[in-house]
This record gives sequence, C-alpha cells and structure tokens, in this order.
Amino acid sequence: MKLAFDKSVPGRRALRNVPSGVSVKAKIKQSLLRGKPAELPELSELDVVRHFTALSNRNFGVDSGFYPLGSCTMKYNPKVAERIGRYPGFAYLHPLLPQLPGGEMMVQGALAVLHDMDLMLREICGMGAFTMQPLAGAHGELTGVMLIAAYHKDKGNAKTTILIPDTAHGTNPASAAIAGYKVRVIPSDAEGVMDIDKLSEAIGDDTAGVMLTCPNTLGLFNPKVKQIADMVHAVDGLMYYDGANLNALLGRCRPGDIGFDIVHINLHKTFATPHGGGGPGAGPVGVVERLADYLPISVVREREDGTHYLDYDRGKSIGYVAPFYGNFAIILRAYAYILMLGSEGLPRVSADAVLNANYLLHKLRGAYHVPYERLCKHEFVLSASRQAAAGVRAMDVAKALIDRRCHPPTVYFPLTVEEAMMIEPTETESKETLDEFVKMMLEIADLAETDPGRITSCPNTTPVGRLDEVRAARRPDLACV
Amino acid sequence: MPFISNTDQQRQDMLAEMGLSDVEDLFADIPAEMRCGKLDLPAGLTEQEVRSRIASLADHNVTGTVSFLGGGFYDHFIPAAVEAIVSRSEFYTAYTPYQPEISQGTLQAIYEYQSAICRLAGMEVANASLYDGGTALYEAMMMALRLTGRRRIIVDESVSPIYRTMIRSYTGNLGIELIETCHDNGLPDRDAIEAELNDQTAAVVVQNPTFFGCIDNVSDIAELAHARGAMLIASVYPISLGILKPPGEMGADIVTGEGQSLGMPVSFGGPYLGFMATRTKHVRKMPGRIVGRTVDAQGRDGYVLALQAREQHIRREKATSNICTNQGLCALTALAYLCMLGKEGLSELAQVCADKAWYLQQRLAELPGVTLRHGDRWYFNEFVVDMPLPADKVIRKLMVRDISAGFPLVRYFPEMDHSLLLAVTEKRTKQEMDLFVHVLETIL
Repeated sequence: MKLAFDKSVPGRRALRNVPSGVSVKAKIKQSLLRGKPAELPELSELDVVRHFTALSNRNFGVDSGFYPLGSCTMKYNPKVAERIGRYPGFAYLHPLLPQLPGGEMMVQGALAVLHDMDLMLREICGMGAFTMQPLAGAHGELTGVMLIAAYHKDKGNAKTTILIPDTAHGTNPASAAIAGYKVRVIPSDAEGVMDIDKLSEAIGDDTAGVMLTCPNTLGLFNPKVKQIADMVHAVDGLMYYDGANLNALLGRCRPGDIGFDIVHINLHKTFATPHGGGGPGAGPVGVVERLADYLPISVVREREDGTHYLDYDRGKSIGYVAPFYGNFAIILRAYAYILMLGSEGLPRVSADAVLNANYLLHKLRGAYHVPYERLCKHEFVLSASRQAAAGVRAMDVAKALIDRRCHPPTVYFPLTVEEAMMIEPTETESKETLDEFVKMMLEIADLAETDPGRITSCPNTTPVGRLDEVRAARRPDLACV
Repeated sequence: MPFISNTDQQRQDMLAEMGLSDVEDLFADIPAEMRCGKLDLPAGLTEQEVRSRIASLADHNVTGTVSFLGGGFYDHFIPAAVEAIVSRSEFYTAYTPYQPEISQGTLQAIYEYQSAICRLAGMEVANASLYDGGTALYEAMMMALRLTGRRRIIVDESVSPIYRTMIRSYTGNLGIELIETCHDNGLPDRDAIEAELNDQTAAVVVQNPTFFGCIDNVSDIAELAHARGAMLIASVYPISLGILKPPGEMGADIVTGEGQSLGMPVSFGGPYLGFMATRTKHVRKMPGRIVGRTVDAQGRDGYVLALQAREQHIRREKATSNICTNQGLCALTALAYLCMLGKEGLSELAQVCADKAWYLQQRLAELPGVTLRHGDRWYFNEFVVDMPLPADKVIRKLMVRDISAGFPLVRYFPEMDHSLLLAVTEKRTKQEMDLFVHVLETIL
C-alpha cells in the first residue's frame, strides 16, 4: 500500500487554519527560520481518512477476533471507558493548573480520581500506598527498582544485585540493569517455578531484592512465595511483584498479603484499558507502608473537608519519574472499569480467566506437548516440539492461525520452553470462541502430521506474506525522507 | 457480570469436561493462608451509573478559562478527523505488532510517523515513540553515554525544569556527572557550556525554543560539543518546526521532544508522546521500537519491527532500554494530525501562533511597569513578562475573571517572583487577548 507521502498532491489541503485575527506579523531573525516547509503530505481530508481506514483494515485487534497473546491480557476494552477517557472536563485540564495559586481547587475532580484510584488499588493489592506516575509496565518496573535503590541508600545498605527467575516477565532484567543493578538469573525447578535451592545459593548480603512474576510466565503459581519472601527479608532485601499476570489473582490473593513489598500494575492488561497498538499504557506502583516515603513526587492527599491537594513536600522521595500525575486519561479508563466491576466483579474476572485457560489446556494437551502438567492460572505454555519434528515450528502454527482469522499466541517465550506458545484467553471470551480455537489448533496439529506444507506456507490470506526480516536487519529502511 | 461472556451453564459444562465441579477447584494451588477475603470495594456500577458518576467528577474541574498556560504542554486545536481515525478499534484494540502480516496498519503508520518526525526535525531515523518528552530526554542522555563511553552530561538551565527534575531522579543512582549551566538571559550560556566541556563529556543538552520561549540557533553549541567529542541533544516543540530551523540543520545528534501538541489534548498530564530522532550511524544504540520497510517473498512492500536485537526481550540486561509498551496510539495521533495539516498547513499554523504571541507581547509591553524579561531575544509563541506585582498575586486576581494568566516562574526560579510565562496558541482569539490585557491593566 502506498505511503501517505506518495499520495501527496502539491497544493492540496485538508484543514483550513483559522486566520491570526491580528494585524501584526511576528518578527523572527532569518537565521532562526527554516528555509522551506517540512515535506509533509499534501492531502484532502477524504484522502487522509481513506488512507487511515485502509491501514486499519490491515490490522487485527481484540474487536476483530480472538487474541490469546500470552502475558499481554488482551481482554475486551469497554467502549464506555473510551467515552469516559475523552470527557472534555478532563481532556482539557492543563497539568500545570494545580501549581498556580488557587489552581488546586480547579482540578478537584481529577485529584479525586487519582486519590480514589490509589485507595482502590491499595485494597486490590494489599499495599500501603500507590503512585500513579509510571507511564507503562516497564516504566513501573524501573520506578520499582528505583524505590529499592532509595530504600537501601537510606538505610546505608551496600546492595548490588537483583535476583530474577528465568520465568519472570521479559523486561525485568533490563529494568534492574538500567537502574544500576547487577542481574543474577535463578533457574526454575521441575515444577516450573523458581528453584528455592538455587535461590538459597544466590542470596546474600549483596541482594537488593527479588523480582517475581506471579503467576509466572508459564502461568504457574509459586506456592513457596512466602518462604522466598522470608529468605529475602532476612538479608534486608525487598520483594518486587511484577503485575503482568495479576489478572489471575484478582480478588483471591493479594501481593501485599504474601510478602511482596513493591508491585506494579499494568492498567492496560488487568484493568482493560486498550493496548493502542503498543501503548499508551499505565503502570501504577504500590508499596508497603514502610516504603511510602520513597514514592515519587507528588502524592494526592485528602483533607478532612473532602477536598484534595498535591503533596510536594517529600524529602525521601525518588523524585519525578513522569512530568505530572501519570497517563491520566488511561488511569481514568481503568477507574471506570474498576467501578463497574466492584467487589463482586473482580473475583469473577480471575475465575473466568483461569477457567478459560484451564479449559483450553485440557482440550489441547492431547495434540501438543505440555511442558508442565499442573493447574495453570490465567495462561499456559504449550510446546510445538512434537510438530517441530515434522518441520512445523511454533511460528508456523502462529501463521496458520492467522489464516483462520485468529491472533496467534505469544511464541518463543518464555525462553525456558522450546517452541513455546503462550496462550492467554482472558475472562471476556466465551466457550464458543474457545471451542473454535481448539478446533483450529487440532486441525493445525493434524495437518502438521499429514500435510506440513499446508502449514509452513501460511499465511495466504493477508495483504502481505511472511516478510524478509533478514533484509530488514541488514539493509535497514527506517524512514522515507 | 459486565464484560464476561460465559453463562453459568457453560461454566458448569466446561468444569464437567475437566472432571471438576467448582471453579474454586482451579485455585487449589494457592495455599489457603495466602488467600484474601472479600475485597472492601463498593458494589459494581452500571454503565449509566458510572458515566453519571464520573461526569459529575469532571464537573468539579474548571476547564472554561481563557488560558495562557504552556510550559511545554499546549492547547492546540484538534481536527475531528484525527479523533475519528484514532477511535478505530482496529488500531486501539491491537497490541505491539509482533505478527506483521496482521499488523500492517500499525506498522506502516509507525513507519510513516518515523518519516514525518525525521522530515520535521531534519534527521535521518526516528523511533516508534517513547513515553513523553522528559523520558525521551533521559533516554537520549543514556544513549549518548553508551555511544561515547563517557560519564558527564551538561544540561542548560533553559531546558524545562520539569524535565531537569526528572533527569535528576533517573540518574541519581548511576554515577553520572550531571552539570547544570546557568542560562544567559533566556538562552544557553555559551561560555558556561564551553567551560564545563571536557574529554569526559558525553553530551550537551539544550531546548529550542527554551523553557522561557526564546528561539536559539544552536549551531555554535554543536560545534563546541563536537570539538570535544561530545554530542548535542536538542529537545524541541514540534509545532514550532513549522517555521523554525530544524535541529538537524544546526548539528544536533539526537533530537527529542514532547509530541502532545500534535493532536493530543493536555489531559491533565497524559498520555503524551515522546519522540526521538538521530543519525543513521547511531541507530543501533537508539532505544525503543523501530519499524523498517522490507518485502515478502512476492516482492510486496511490508513493514516489520526492525533491529530488535537492541531490545529488552532479546538483549535482556544488556538492552539499550527497558521500554516495550510505548505510546503507539499517540504516535498514530501525531501522524494523522500532521497529515491533516500537511506541508503548508503546519507552517501556516506555526506562523499564526507566532503572530498572535507577537501581538500579545506588544500589547502587554505597553502596560506601565510590564516588561519583556528577555526583550532582546526572539520568540515563537511563548515569552516571559515581568510584572510590577508578584506573579502569584496577578494570577489570583485574573483567575477570578476566568483567565489562567500563564505560569509563575518562581515555582522553579526563586529570583523570578514577578515573572509570568505566557503561551499563545491558535485557539486564543484577539478578543481574549485584548480582554486579558484590559483586565491586567485594571489590576496593576
């Protein structure tokens, strides 16, 4: 499909700008000005709308069909939350307003949302305080590791290392490293969870903390979490909970109750805000009471009269990780979602997420290798190793699903399972959709044995076939300028 | 239950197939002592109730003022077509395009976005977006440290203080030598920068227009930096690039900025859009997703996530950044906005903003006791005026008349307690500016 730039026609315009309405013209020295306008496309409004409509037709979202992309929690994004996220009373609120004298009273609605959200997330996670600043999950992780560093600095601890199991969320090692820590990876045991003996060998006075994803990326709950927490706390380390998989535990088990000190939440996973084709998300971070002083500036507090204010006076804080109060319009969507589910609805989310995942696992275990045979939580990992013997790899299964109008699972992750396919159906999908998916997966497994060429040649129904990634890496074409 | 599809009967059927009778059996692996009781949250609301509840909270905000607030976050007009485009759920309910064959919409849009950013900034490559202008600046600094293998960064004080506080938070623990040089009448102080530059300096960081709204030609700073083997990082305001000289033509090695002004409402702080562009030779050290163009077996053009070997899911602790989810939909918004404005439209818009700001600054300067703080500098759409009264007082008095009279610089610069930072976008009319000047006159 042509680029917008290639559709450009000199002199064509979409938008008419308002005239300046003033009789003067700004004086700016010539050497500060650009010689000619930037070469942006020259299109009519219809051209623009058709271009993007055509692009959207080359995309697949949750609204298009089943999207069991493991670890990403691709649940339905309620339309009402989209509507609320655009309410003009919030959309046109300037973030610097509360810093003006008297300005705080002009943003009381927004501060109330942030404060309510803080309280509700505390209750859901069993934590003592939250910051809404982190702008994505990985940003929450970085914030969390910065909080670990601030704690140890304050206590005069010389800590250098963060321990991370090999089944953790993939971003953890990078988050710990860019915050200045050494990373040591702890292998999993035969049950698919962190090997406690190996942890015991690795843990020491240099241990700043442990980052756990729970349930882990195999979809398995680690029943030894409390024991791990005791070991970590014994060396004054901190327990970090990566919230990527919180959907499995909603209303049943709270990170704060089982020994975690810091959590981040992906609002775009657990609380149904859209993934946006890769953001914007939001990654609020919660901490136990004793770490609350280190949270970023500012914090929303409530006065006795019910009004809210921003507390900037925070001597031990790690400072600012975002310019203001986080991805507010995303927080607002998640707020609407939590209010709609309420105390009864949240445990139903985890119930149906886990039911749907176990149902799929049950139906597929005959056809695909299951590396860890036990109850799964909201997701599970299959291996296409059996199919790979016949020349059909996990990526081929993925492409065959595409031809069947289904988004593939996450493939080749986690790295601990060969030919991994990580499947997360979420609670919003129905039994019919799951049965349809099972039918596809069984048919693909069958074809892998009888006629593998029909799988390895997929996809055939998409606007482009498999793309030459080697060429993209060797001869990068990254912009048309 | 909202948003859950299975019926009770289906649930029972599914359990029966697994030889179970109760959903709770599926949680048998969580020891009883690790379970929590019922959450202490209110009962769920219906759609009608939640809309009315949150609408009433929105009513507790005041958005109807005539606003001259900017400070890096600007209230520009957003065409309806932009909102219509980004409201297409094929875009917003998708995730990171790991499967390119069913993600060509997102991927091609990002490629076009990267191209548009390069054309605006006069650079060669751009990434798929970062969280916001502040984190983009931090990532640019980290990139310069990686590229040069050095430990020292010089940031001029005319760079947004909001971003400077963020950078301090991020680097506090990393053993980086962060030097802040005092500005010289609204622009970076060349002598101060030169004095701080040494063979350990990875980068000099500047902003254009500066936080005070002054426009700079930073070519000479680029030369100073390059002479010592350091890089120049420039943070820019994309609308201003409609008329201002692009940083790529002034020797910048990495360009970042806040893209909120490209079609996104100010939304009380987010979501925004961090952008980053650089030279091709540096691309393998750039953080974030990057989309590249390639072909399929039949020779058809297609787009993929490129150079992923830099990224966290592959390089793990050696990655260029930990970023994964970025601001995809905001990048799409920016692209749709730039397509709606087009080549002539963006320069026209930038000119309109500059003309209106020029008008306001002239009118204000006529008031007794009011002076332009950096009078001998050039401005785009934002500028600083000094008042005969403390700025806080002026703001309070104007607020009563529903005017948000800019930002009091004393928040970040203690010596500027009489100074107001004022921004003018195309949304401010001549009548509103005249009213502002009139009301101000009665107060002073």
